[in-house]
Amino acid sequence: MHHPSPAPLRTPPRDPRSDPRPRRALTATVAAAVVGLMLAGCSTPSAAGTPGVTADTVTIGTHQPLTGPAAAGYGPISAATSAYFEYLNEKGGIHGRSIEYVVKDDGYNPADTQTVVRELVGEEKVFALVNGLGTPTHSSVLDYVGQNDVPDLFVASGSATWNDPGKYPNTFGFNADYVTEGAALARYAADTEPDAEICVLGQDDDYGAGILEGVTAVAGDDGVAAAEYYSTSNEDVTAQVGALKKAGCGVVVLGTINAFTALTLGTAAQLEWFPKWYVSSAGGDQETVLGYLGEENAALLEGLTSVNYLPQSPDDEWVRLFEQINEEYNDGAPFTGNTVYGMSVGYLFAEALAAAGENPTRESLLAAVESGELTGNGVVPLSLGPDDHGAYHAASVTVVRDGVQDYVGATYAWDGATLTETESTPVPLENEGIPSTP
Amino acid sequence: MDTLVFLVAAGLARGSVLALFAISLVIVWRAARVVNFAQAAMAVVGVYAGFALTAATGSYWLGVAGAVLTGALLGVLAERGPLRLVPRDNPLPGMIVAIGLVMVLQAGLAIAFGAAHRPVPAPFPQRPLSLGGVPVLSPYDLFTLATAAVVMAGLAWMFGRTSLGLQLRAAAFAPETSRLLGVRVGRMVTIGWAVSVAVAALAGLLLVPTELGLSPHAADILFVQAFAVAVIGGLDSPPGALLAGLGVGILTSLVTGYVTAAAAPLAVLGLLTAVLLVRPAGLFAAREARTA
Amino acid sequence: MSTRTRTLVRASLVTLVVIAATFGLDPFRNFQLATAAAVFAAVAGLTVLVGLTGQLSLGHAVLMAAGGYGYAIASSSVVAMTSDDGAAAVTGSGASPGAAGTLLPFLAGLAGAVVVAGVLGLLLGLAAARLRGPYLAGLTLALVIALSSAASVIGPLGGDQGRAAPFLPVPGALAALIAVEQWHAWIAVTLAACAVTPLLILRAGRAGLRMRAVHDDETAARLAGIDPGRVKAGAFTASALSAGTGGAALAIVTQNVSPGAYGLGFSLLLVVAAVVGGLGSLGGAAIGSVLVVTLPWAADQLAGTLPADLTARLDGNLALLLFGVVVIAVTLAAPGGLARFLPRSRHA
Repeated sequence: MHHPSPAPLRTPPRDPRSDPRPRRALTATVAAAVVGLMLAGCSTPSAAGTPGVTADTVTIGTHQPLTGPAAAGYGPISAATSAYFEYLNEKGGIHGRSIEYVVKDDGYNPADTQTVVRELVGEEKVFALVNGLGTPTHSSVLDYVGQNDVPDLFVASGSATWNDPGKYPNTFGFNADYVTEGAALARYAADTEPDAEICVLGQDDDYGAGILEGVTAVAGDDGVAAAEYYSTSNEDVTAQVGALKKAGCGVVVLGTINAFTALTLGTAAQLEWFPKWYVSSAGGDQETVLGYLGEENAALLEGLTSVNYLPQSPDDEWVRLFEQINEEYNDGAPFTGNTVYGMSVGYLFAEALAAAGENPTRESLLAAVESGELTGNGVVPLSLGPDDHGAYHAASVTVVRDGVQDYVGATYAWDGATLTETESTPVPLENEGIPSTP
Repeated sequence: MDTLVFLVAAGLARGSVLALFAISLVIVWRAARVVNFAQAAMAVVGVYAGFALTAATGSYWLGVAGAVLTGALLGVLAERGPLRLVPRDNPLPGMIVAIGLVMVLQAGLAIAFGAAHRPVPAPFPQRPLSLGGVPVLSPYDLFTLATAAVVMAGLAWMFGRTSLGLQLRAAAFAPETSRLLGVRVGRMVTIGWAVSVAVAALAGLLLVPTELGLSPHAADILFVQAFAVAVIGGLDSPPGALLAGLGVGILTSLVTGYVTAAAAPLAVLGLLTAVLLVRPAGLFAAREARTA
Repeated sequence: MSTRTRTLVRASLVTLVVIAATFGLDPFRNFQLATAAAVFAAVAGLTVLVGLTGQLSLGHAVLMAAGGYGYAIASSSVVAMTSDDGAAAVTGSGASPGAAGTLLPFLAGLAGAVVVAGVLGLLLGLAAARLRGPYLAGLTLALVIALSSAASVIGPLGGDQGRAAPFLPVPGALAALIAVEQWHAWIAVTLAACAVTPLLILRAGRAGLRMRAVHDDETAARLAGIDPGRVKAGAFTASALSAGTGGAALAIVTQNVSPGAYGLGFSLLLVVAAVVGGLGSLGGAAIGSVLVVTLPWAADQLAGTLPADLTARLDGNLALLLFGVVVIAVTLAAPGGLARFLPRSRHA
């Protein structure tokens, strides 16, 4: 300190003309650039061969919410998918290749999704993205994935965005689309509770809008007594639930994620209000919702109506196989709808990879998915094809009875304009859940 | 009308927690001239401790005591540790060190306990009692309101009527003079921190059963709103924090009920901006020292 | 040469050096560089504001977001107006539109970014001129929390999903030579240079002198005929313009703007970058920006080598813990920040 300054903690005024900072800025920037170069290691990606495919492995990647507000509701999915792949690899993999599943956490934040997906494509050199989770998150990387010609399979969301083969030829959805689910729930409500006022509570994005669209399509514009929305950034739904209660709703269709299903049911119970709850598949898994509510509130879920398109009955052969895989390869983690979902995604990808031939390329993988020959393991038909990039356009109703969530038989298909009642078409389990390789 | 009554009552319960947390910020600001950005993170550490104690012993009240004591201890540690080393003539370094503490504590909690929400049951029923057919407040809301009132009355008594309170106030307002008069200013600052974080931990404990559950970020929004409340009230003024807290609680409840949930933070921002434009140092600010 | 010319020459040199360096980076590193450049523009604005005028803004993430939204909305409107099939230009798959086809939306987007961030910055600056430290911090903090509400209440902002920004493909002549990530790094670095150089000139000139005078002693500055309110509001606006340009750069690189990207955590990270680098130092801001972009990635790589259950816990949190420790250590032990350790021509 050369300055005899009375207040040594303050920056002494400088003469701007001799300010040394611009040069320091130069040095710093150059230094930062050099550090960046040193970190770089390898420079340019190799162009030869199919990315992510070696003689004995296929590397695929995903973005999932392992931390953050959505983690408790959906975090277990990727662990289940990994467990299925581990099981598959132990049985010899597909065409002799084992599947490496790289799971990156994006905390359900689109900004992080953009970073981790670039890491998966640019660094990990994945063959394909599989089951990237979430509408806001995945929408933010759609263009990037398209430009890089990365197959983008079985997105974990029911938004209609993924089903746009003209604009996004590489992208395919996995969930039954929200409109289908909303319509199916509304029809079942109309059939079983003909006198009840139908209301909707939805998330304030594609999810809630899609559910409302489906409900309105069936019940008519005047058939929805009240529609309320919530935002994930506000963990208080008292006002919305209060408004629905006041509207005299007998059936409330929920387009809510698991956490907000729990919050809504809990809030309504506090208001001593017990309408019939009809929940979309993404927020209607009994065990996951109970995880939020606490086991002591299990009674609140009695009678909960939901829809699903994957095996769910406790005595289903797929469910039993998945329970076994969960015990052996997933450390016996709690077995929920998320477990079945994650393993079903794994099975469908394995099936696609098997159909993509002995030397799979990105083109042959996409061709296999569009071939119309994949079956998946759903209880309704898999509708993937060249003109349809949505996996399921039908859903079957489940109800919680005596603490068990199971199908009740009502199944509906949606063709984009009308809802028709149909039969469920379960896929028989073959070859211990390992897709056959032609 | 029913809706209005219901929303105002719900807002009052939430507002009392906000006010309590805002008062904890006022206490530490008065004691140390620091805005403790780490207040939420420190409070949540206390709530985790209380939660663990309740889970281990089955007693809610032991959990409350554990949370409050952990909070007080954290306050002492923070003040005796990093914050004592911060230069006092400028509020900036203190705020930045507190921001650093937020990161350390939240990351530490997430590493130790995981990031998932843990359900926290309320000690009293959360079903509202009806008043003339209108659901108003639940027993838990009444418990929250009563606790907040008792704590605030206790604080007012301590600061206003006891010798300790007098020394605390003297040390905050005129540290040099107080030191000459024999007040142990350093110790008073430490006590201020301990009381402040203990109150914040209690507010956090009251809040958590009404939200999705306990997570390292459980009190983030509470902190931001309480900070806005403290600023609206004047940062220096406990009555200001109380009034502003109840006001903001009712405002957010009404906006959520009559407009939409998403608009509530915008309403708080609007109120804050409006108050600061009219009174740049808050509603109940002490007169500013000479500026020009 | 005048000071201003010297600054301009130096800034151009630095920009060229960094652009040359992109040839040594793989696509993911170039993406990180582009992100760091965008963050640098915001941190530079923040560090000048805090270091020179003593106003602590915790809301610079929102100013970046304002630039991003301004860019995305203006640019995609122009795309929609100029092409019959706007979708083709947005996805970029198939034939890439000519240079002229992307230049106009790009420029319109930049104008949008500058206008939106500038207006918001001016409004905040006018409020800030009346407020002292903690009050301003409270206002800007409430602003950050209000961003996601604003996004869902104001229709054109697109809720949690945000807005897509049109894709800027590599121009035809360069397409054979460089990857899209490298091209975006060039754009981001150039935009950051355009945002930060005016700050350098501003700081070295009369305006900088006035800011220091107001910061050091407002009363004395008033007596010397300086209007502190105008100086503070001006500094805030200049700072916002730089942050908004950074937001536009980030919108170009990621083709998306959403409120989740500009939350509380990110806003505090901008403060961290400014503090770690050394408040007031633009060189420090560059170091801080590179750190906040690369350290989380490096920490996750490190955590990835550990057993799986530990990885899940450390993921994302280890970096946060490190940042917290570094921020506290730097503030207490080395208030000048890392910039103190840079070689310099003269001891201050």
